[in-house]
Amino acid sequence: MHPSIPLFPEQASTMAARVDNLYFFMVATSAFFAVLVTLLVIAFAIRFRRRSPDGVGEPIHGSLALELIWTGIPFVIAMVMFVWGASVYFALARMPDEALDIYAVGKQWMWKFQHREGQREINELHVPVNTPVRVIMTSEDVLHDLYFPSFRTKTDAIPGRYTQLWFTATDVGTYHIFCAEYCGTRHSGMIGRVVVMPQNEYEAWLGGAATEGTLAQRGEKLFTQFACVTCHRADAAARGPLLNGVFGHAVALTNGNSVIADAAYVRESILNPTAKVVAGFAPIMPTFQGQVTEEQLLALTEYIKSLPTLQQVPGAQAAPPPTAPAPPK
Amino acid sequence: MTTSDAATAVMPARHYLNEQRGIRSWLLTTDHKRIGLLYLFSITAFFFLGGFFALLIRLQLLSPEGALMTSDVYNRMFTMHGVIMVFFFLIPSIPATLGNFLIPIMIGAKDLAFPRINLLSWYIYVLAGLFALASLVLGGVDTGWTFYTPFSTSFSNTPVVTAGLGVFIAGFSSILTGLNFIVTIHRMRAPGMTWFRLPLFVWAHYATSLIMVLGTPVVAITVLLLAFERVLRVGIFDPSIGGDPVLFQHLFWFYSHPAVYIMVLPGMGVMSELVASGARKNVFGYSFVAFSSLAIAIIGFLVWGHHMFVAGQTVYAGLVFSILTYLVGVPSAVKTFNWTATLYKGSISYDTPTLYAFGFLGLFLVGGLTGLFLAAIGLDIHLTDTYFVVAHFHYIMVGGTLMAYLGGLHFWWPKITGRLYPEGWAKLSALVVFIGFNLTFFPQFIVGYLGMPRRYAMYPPEFQLFNVMSTAGASILGFGYLLPMIYLTWAWFYGKPAGNNPWGSKGLEWETTSPPPTFNFDRTPVVTEATHAYGHPEEVKVA
Amino acid sequence: MPEAALTHADLHAHASPRQQHHFDTMAQQKEAATLGMWVFLVTEIMFFGGMFAAYMIYRMWYFPGFAAASEELDITLGGINTVVLIGSSLTVALAVHAAQEGKKNQTVALLIATGLLGLTFLVIKYFEYKVKIVGHHLPDGTTITLFPAAGFFDVSQSEHLAPIASQVRIFMVLYFALTGMHALHMIIGIGILGVILWMAIKGAFTKEWHVPVELFGLYWHFVDIVWIFLFPLLYLVHRHG
Repeated sequence: MHPSIPLFPEQASTMAARVDNLYFFMVATSAFFAVLVTLLVIAFAIRFRRRSPDGVGEPIHGSLALELIWTGIPFVIAMVMFVWGASVYFALARMPDEALDIYAVGKQWMWKFQHREGQREINELHVPVNTPVRVIMTSEDVLHDLYFPSFRTKTDAIPGRYTQLWFTATDVGTYHIFCAEYCGTRHSGMIGRVVVMPQNEYEAWLGGAATEGTLAQRGEKLFTQFACVTCHRADAAARGPLLNGVFGHAVALTNGNSVIADAAYVRESILNPTAKVVAGFAPIMPTFQGQVTEEQLLALTEYIKSLPTLQQVPGAQAAPPPTAPAPPK
Repeated sequence: MTTSDAATAVMPARHYLNEQRGIRSWLLTTDHKRIGLLYLFSITAFFFLGGFFALLIRLQLLSPEGALMTSDVYNRMFTMHGVIMVFFFLIPSIPATLGNFLIPIMIGAKDLAFPRINLLSWYIYVLAGLFALASLVLGGVDTGWTFYTPFSTSFSNTPVVTAGLGVFIAGFSSILTGLNFIVTIHRMRAPGMTWFRLPLFVWAHYATSLIMVLGTPVVAITVLLLAFERVLRVGIFDPSIGGDPVLFQHLFWFYSHPAVYIMVLPGMGVMSELVASGARKNVFGYSFVAFSSLAIAIIGFLVWGHHMFVAGQTVYAGLVFSILTYLVGVPSAVKTFNWTATLYKGSISYDTPTLYAFGFLGLFLVGGLTGLFLAAIGLDIHLTDTYFVVAHFHYIMVGGTLMAYLGGLHFWWPKITGRLYPEGWAKLSALVVFIGFNLTFFPQFIVGYLGMPRRYAMYPPEFQLFNVMSTAGASILGFGYLLPMIYLTWAWFYGKPAGNNPWGSKGLEWETTSPPPTFNFDRTPVVTEATHAYGHPEEVKVA
Repeated sequence: MPEAALTHADLHAHASPRQQHHFDTMAQQKEAATLGMWVFLVTEIMFFGGMFAAYMIYRMWYFPGFAAASEELDITLGGINTVVLIGSSLTVALAVHAAQEGKKNQTVALLIATGLLGLTFLVIKYFEYKVKIVGHHLPDGTTITLFPAAGFFDVSQSEHLAPIASQVRIFMVLYFALTGMHALHMIIGIGILGVILWMAIKGAFTKEWHVPVELFGLYWHFVDIVWIFLFPLLYLVHRHG
């Protein structure tokens, strides 16, 4: 391709080629039918043009055989497209088992990325090449959408919820990040770059800039700052469930249901604590709505994730051991 | 049928345009033909207003830095363009103008079932339009025509409620039109006009009316809840106070997807008439075309989630909506093949209406095929919210509906006005529109695949070439739309008298005078043959 | 073919003075009007349906808040209103029957009864709303109003409801939206009833022609049915004996 007239974005991820192949198939099929119909129309328009002012066409009622053919064949082709599209979709939607987790918070009008090791970036995202990366995101205000055209993937960042996407970048380089859900004045300015680096350079970059510790360490500081530890503790003064080893496991609630303690549950418990109270505890936890930012919530979640299992937690049942933490909802 | 002879045709002495005179006879009319013209006038005004915003959008996008206007202003431009074009032009266009004018005549009736409700629907439309104009005067809305929450409820500082009320009120105009058509088609057909002798134009409008009646109330209540939320701050859609923004999307698209079929089905109805008359041949596979209109209307209610593949739906919901979306494409394919087969062994004229029909066929084909791209979820993840989607829906709505609308206006202009338009200028305009349209929108497929998102006031420089092509095309397209405005208006006053049947077409509308008398027919017609039964009538099986 | 266009006299050359020009027979006119009313009622079902859908979804997610808020509604007044409306559907059905039989006095009396019952409904509704607007006392002693400075139905001062405040507020806005829309339809219905009643008093309805009464009956029944769904959904969420 002539570099100054691009027709396709670079194929910079493992999924890009799959998406492009589906696209080429659809272009080819569409072109075939478009050309077929166009040629037929032109041919008929010329061959059967009106030759006298009183000319009329031949009264052909129809043909059941033809109707079945041109209903059946498009249907079959459509089903092929559906299955192919679904297969690509499964691959895009299913998070890889082992992935580098990076958190993203969209807000009007910037993207804030947090690496677990502590690096924070705005509108720029450094990732290692050939490594599955999972971006877990939310929004602080309105709907946004994190879009990596060169990786052929995007997902809405929804306020009040966690969503995620994944990619494995295959080519070192710099690619676009766009916001792809209209979000107000500077929607077109909410753009950035994803910088794909060789593994060793990424490690170096991680260690490079000064940070306040890993995300989990930041969460630990917040846990103290917000005085969570006054209730969530191991001794007799505890008024809330101990959180060690809870993340990723099923938790029994006062209403008899149970829920998996994933990132969404942790977030909800901090912002709306009386919604799902652990069995055996009173609904006395105060809400931190308005006091804690989305990024702080992510840090707290990371901290809770990182807590080692000390003992069996009252009220928690160990689910069959998961190989990885349950994905955020 | 007999073709009127242009040399000897004369205007009838009395007809619906001159039987009563004066502004009161227009503003208080209950004649469906006059009401159709009232709509024509107001819809055209909104079309040019919406088109003006489109022009500004394309001028802004000439340069990557977006130097023409600030982002704030640009956001209002694309929002008002969308709101006006969708709710005040496309949804009413063919049904309220051509549908109102033709349906009673095509079925052999003297008027619609409820003529006063018909007039009321126009006044409601005008009232709604005033609200939309008010929102414009108050600075314009910047939420996008989709009004997504929580931006529209809790963040936008523009007259959202005013615009929302405009949409809400316009919905009632649409509902009343649909209600009128349904009752009319059921109860007012002339003797011998069985369901399967109805023109396909009528079938298409019947299916459209089902959608209008069933879908529009849902967007009405959605907009109302949006207004409550914005005014009362209660949290139906705002997550910071307990609401769900995705619920808004479900409620909104439950109507707005079927709405696109409200926009395209009448165009398909026009297509059937233009192809049949252009080829002087009954439409191939009449019952399949008729039933496919109904199939589109019904299945169209089941696919709304394809607007939300990346919006937070579950994987399984996505799969269901994807397969149903493929299903809804099949009846459109059936129609396309039936129209093409109609041309076979036809006697095809190259009059302007036929040219517009050819244009529709090609452009709707591209639009429909690109819909298949978007239905494949794996591909839609990349394409959603990019210019690919913008190109897709403009191919259908402008390349499809608007071409059909123009073709229909040209085809029935002699019937509506009693006069012929200048064919040379008309052919030229059709060509200009076709070329301008493709130049405007085809590059948008490419720049969309490259990743250019929608609703961007500025963009990375590598997208500029395609944007410049698109703007160049838009100027040509705009010029192509101005021409018919001029010569159709000219023809109204100075065109040659058309006579009853200038095209030599079959159809009840061509058996009455041009323009028709106020009550459409001298005698209630009795129908004895199938629609478009050219050639030897006894050879055409009546379904 | 080209004969004189239909004149006004031609169009009046039919039996009933009630027949409109564009219809061929009275039967056709009546069928059209009836079908029109049914189609209109279908649109109303879709209109209320959107709100019902939002209500059902939020009730599924926010059951505790919905249950608590529902208990704050006055079930006695709601129950009386239900009986009142069902009674009014009975009177309007009888009115339609009387009109079909050409019995003018009965028709008028039954229409008046329907109107009075409808007004009763609205008066009771007024009192229900007024309590919420002026000062609604919760069991834990706090008083809530509809539009305090802090925002719509702010319950943050109530120990009992504050933890589920957002859930309660969503219930209340849906309560007011649903019952408010319903009440608006009742008001419009009573207005139309006024017109129908006036026509009945003037003797417009006969055994041969009484279509407006029948169509009005259909509309009134529909408004009643909506309430029959609303009452259990809103008032009976989680009532213990």
